Amino acid sequence: MAVVAASPLAAKVPAGPIAEKWDLHKNSLKLVSPTNRRKFDVIVVGTGLAGASAAASLAELGYNVKAFCIQDSARRAHSIAAQGGINAAKNYRNDNDSVWRLFYDTVKGGDFRSREANVYRLAQLSANIIDQCVAQGVPFAREYGGMLANRTFGGVLVERTFYARGQTGQQLLLGAYSALMRQVTTGKVEMYPRREMLDLVVVDGVARGIVCRNLITGAFETHAAHAIVLCTGGYGNAFYLSTNAKACNVTAAWRCYRRGAFFANPCYTQIHPTCIPVSGSYQSKLTLMSESLRNDGRVWVPKDANDNRPPNEIPDDQRDYYLERRYPTYGNMVPRDVASRAAKERCDAGYGVGESGMAVYLDFRDAIARDGLEVIKAKYGNLFHMYEKITAENPYQVPMRIYPAVHYTMGGLWVDYNLESTVPGLFVLGEANFSDHGANRLGASALMQGLADGYFVVPYTLGDFLARTVFPKVTINHPSFKETLVEARNRVERIVAAGGTRTADDIHRQLGQILWDKCGMARNASGLSEAIGEIQSLREEFWENVKVLGTGEALNQNLEHAGRVADFLEFGELMCRDALNREESCGGHFREEHQTPEGEALRDDENYCYVAAWEHRGADEEAALHTEPLSFEYVPLTQRSYK
Amino acid sequence: MAHTLNLTLRIWRQSDRDARGEFRTYDVRGISTHMSFLEMLDVLNEQLIQQGEEPVAFDHDCREGICGQCGMMINGQAHGPDRETTTCQLHMRRFENGQTITIEPWRARAFPVIRDLVVDRSAFDRIIQAGGYISVRTGQAPEANTLPVPYEDAEKALDAAACIGCGACVAQCKNASAMLFTAAKVSHLALLPQGQPERRRRVVNMVARMDSEQFGNCTNTYECEAACPAGISVGTISRMNREYLKARLAGVEPNL
Ligand SMILES: Cc1cc2nc3c(=O)[nH]c(=O)nc-3n(C[C@H](O)[C@H](O)[C@H](O)COP(=O)(O)OP(=O)(O)OC[C@H]3O[C@@H](n4cnc5c(N)ncnc54)[C@H](O)[C@@H]3O)c2cc1C
Ligand code: FES
Repeated sequence: MAVVAASPLAAKVPAGPIAEKWDLHKNSLKLVSPTNRRKFDVIVVGTGLAGASAAASLAELGYNVKAFCIQDSARRAHSIAAQGGINAAKNYRNDNDSVWRLFYDTVKGGDFRSREANVYRLAQLSANIIDQCVAQGVPFAREYGGMLANRTFGGVLVERTFYARGQTGQQLLLGAYSALMRQVTTGKVEMYPRREMLDLVVVDGVARGIVCRNLITGAFETHAAHAIVLCTGGYGNAFYLSTNAKACNVTAAWRCYRRGAFFANPCYTQIHPTCIPVSGSYQSKLTLMSESLRNDGRVWVPKDANDNRPPNEIPDDQRDYYLERRYPTYGNMVPRDVASRAAKERCDAGYGVGESGMAVYLDFRDAIARDGLEVIKAKYGNLFHMYEKITAENPYQVPMRIYPAVHYTMGGLWVDYNLESTVPGLFVLGEANFSDHGANRLGASALMQGLADGYFVVPYTLGDFLARTVFPKVTINHPSFKETLVEARNRVERIVAAGGTRTADDIHRQLGQILWDKCGMARNASGLSEAIGEIQSLREEFWENVKVLGTGEALNQNLEHAGRVADFLEFGELMCRDALNREESCGGHFREEHQTPEGEALRDDENYCYVAAWEHRGADEEAALHTEPLSFEYVPLTQRSYK
Repeated sequence: MAHTLNLTLRIWRQSDRDARGEFRTYDVRGISTHMSFLEMLDVLNEQLIQQGEEPVAFDHDCREGICGQCGMMINGQAHGPDRETTTCQLHMRRFENGQTITIEPWRARAFPVIRDLVVDRSAFDRIIQAGGYISVRTGQAPEANTLPVPYEDAEKALDAAACIGCGACVAQCKNASAMLFTAAKVSHLALLPQGQPERRRRVVNMVARMDSEQFGNCTNTYECEAACPAGISVGTISRMNREYLKARLAGVEPNL
């Protein structure tokens, strides 16, 4: 049983009707005068959409910003890989979209496990994001009249998604990156690429700096500031195989957790239904095929489990379009968690296709017949091209084979309405925090959230924190910096010194397999308990038996990876504990013990309508559970139905 | 169907920026033709670690052809033999059993080698810092549909904005020129109405920065276009040249 702490968390959601909360709250926030802003130093870790937008906006305000990232350039953050699009409640299609509907869809899509007030604010800010990006020169898709084009995405009945071919994330990130580079030129941002944050420095209970490693020289550095903004992305790579970029990690967030920031809902992982299936044991990552493909592609498997004919030879009446069959209203456009589970169900029942039997078809035959090849090419050309490059099959002629893969993590560091964690002065933005997507994120809403946090929320709430706080003078010569530095360096040295026989990659793959099997698309109590034991032994094995060559005093990618694996091995256990604690199914968290007779997720609102926020209580102690009760005043709690 | 390859790899090894590098030869066996090129290098690296030799350092991240982090010369071609394909998207089915593959880092004065196949491309960031942006603060933006952008212009701007900043253009060019990279950004912003106010200053400053970064001159060999994984056309270079000339004729001086 989890240790349950007594006091519920204070989310600091402002009073007032939901549509006015953010405005009322902004009016109450304190301001820092323009001349005083230059006296404040802010550290932004991560330069994805959340980090780059925050760093640029804070620098424009006049704060002194230091921005850090792992890659060789800020422009290469994982956000760059987002394909499909970004939502905004512009109602440009006159299809009766509104802030309210975007809010409603997101709360419902999240299976009633997000914070209503945050989601409403997100929906309100969505329109400003599009304005900002267009002004920066983001070349969104346009119609012939020169107006912005839209398309639809899963889980909704309106067309509110803005896109730039299959490169939406790239174009949005290049927009934010260019704003950031402009601030480098003005001297308000100092960029630190190829740096990895390895620890948070807390002085008298307040976040005052970071320890990082220069990935080229291996040198450890400390940096002090008045506030830290953590934008380090999600932890999907705990599973080894995911659609995330290889450098995505939990290290920065985990180290903050170890220093007092609570970790919320770590078990909420999004498994995306349309990814290219695993092809062999050497597989290093999985490739997403954008959800937008489900607008025109139809998902099916043969009705007869033993039907081994090539897909094009299987006539329509012998195909099971199982999403259309089970969910006639939404059909192929059901939310991701629903689509993924339905694919797993068919494959587990023996209807899967392809060499491994772990795949279903995504078929464009009918769309091509209806709209013509050229139309389909214009919409999805680059995705089809990517598919063909990887699989050597032409999806214009044969259906794609797809299978779900780990994609996004709704859990993250707990933050209040101001995006401040339980460590004062530590703000958390983007995928690294937990707040807006509940137990399942709708497509095209992560980009929206990262940019809302960075452009429009943190510039105000951080200002309030700086204005309200009395800061004792702290430099990197403070003993806490020295202690934290030594601890971080010792961890790295211990890895180098282990001198064992297994590579970090090999151990990481094993961890990934444990999590995928026992804390993946379906979970149950006995599997989760086993997983916890297996992870604990694997962690012990890691520290005794990992083999990393070379030294810590140079570029050593293997050492970088090993450090991240060490943290995944701690984090994985918390993920399983959280999944074990949550005796219900909701969104991406599916406990086999809790399902409806039709196999849909069965929530328990009586007992689990809360955010689970875990507190670290020392290396040998179990984490303590804090809860933030969730109330749904505006979107009444109902069983989600996409039928 | 997958089958397997045995290959000989000649790989550039260099321990740091100042060290003298050299080629070393390695054998890898049983490489599935379904593997990506980087997965093949992963296999090699796992093998090297087990043999007690430090793994080959190479940059990579998204492994989807979009982040621009990967890149190496493969048998003398930037990103290898496939058109419009990054190293991470190149698959082993493009190679023959028994083949020798020579793998080197990008070679350019402006991109010093950091280790093995990893180079320093920070010069690209500095070119962008010189003007590769639109000066709009957060909060200043007008309603997004206020300024219509003709469909064709938006598409052309996106064609240029598709650049992933990998540096293959520089690596493939015998002069190690950064014209294609710089021209892609200049074109992207010059094609959009939002980019107009800074149009002249931008091109002059970006070109001045490019010239100061040890990149070579462009002699129109178009190797850059052939190597570009994002399909950026040399048409962007002619556009940049026109933009530059117009700006200089109008009397705009670089101001870095
Ligand atoms: C393939 C794919 C497609 C997607 N498509 C869409 C889509 O169409 N629409 C949508 O809304 N969402 C999409 N998503 C989700 C979305 O892209 C991400 O959730 C979002 O971009 C995360 O942004 P971020 O700024 O929070 O973090 P990231 O972009 O992940 O950036 C993290 C940053 O932190 C840095 N960092 C990490 N750890 C450290 C450390 N220890 N020290 C220093 N720096 C560190 C990294 O270098 C990087 O700069 C997609 C995701 C994937 C995987
Ligand atoms: S790893 Fe991102 S482009 Fe190759």
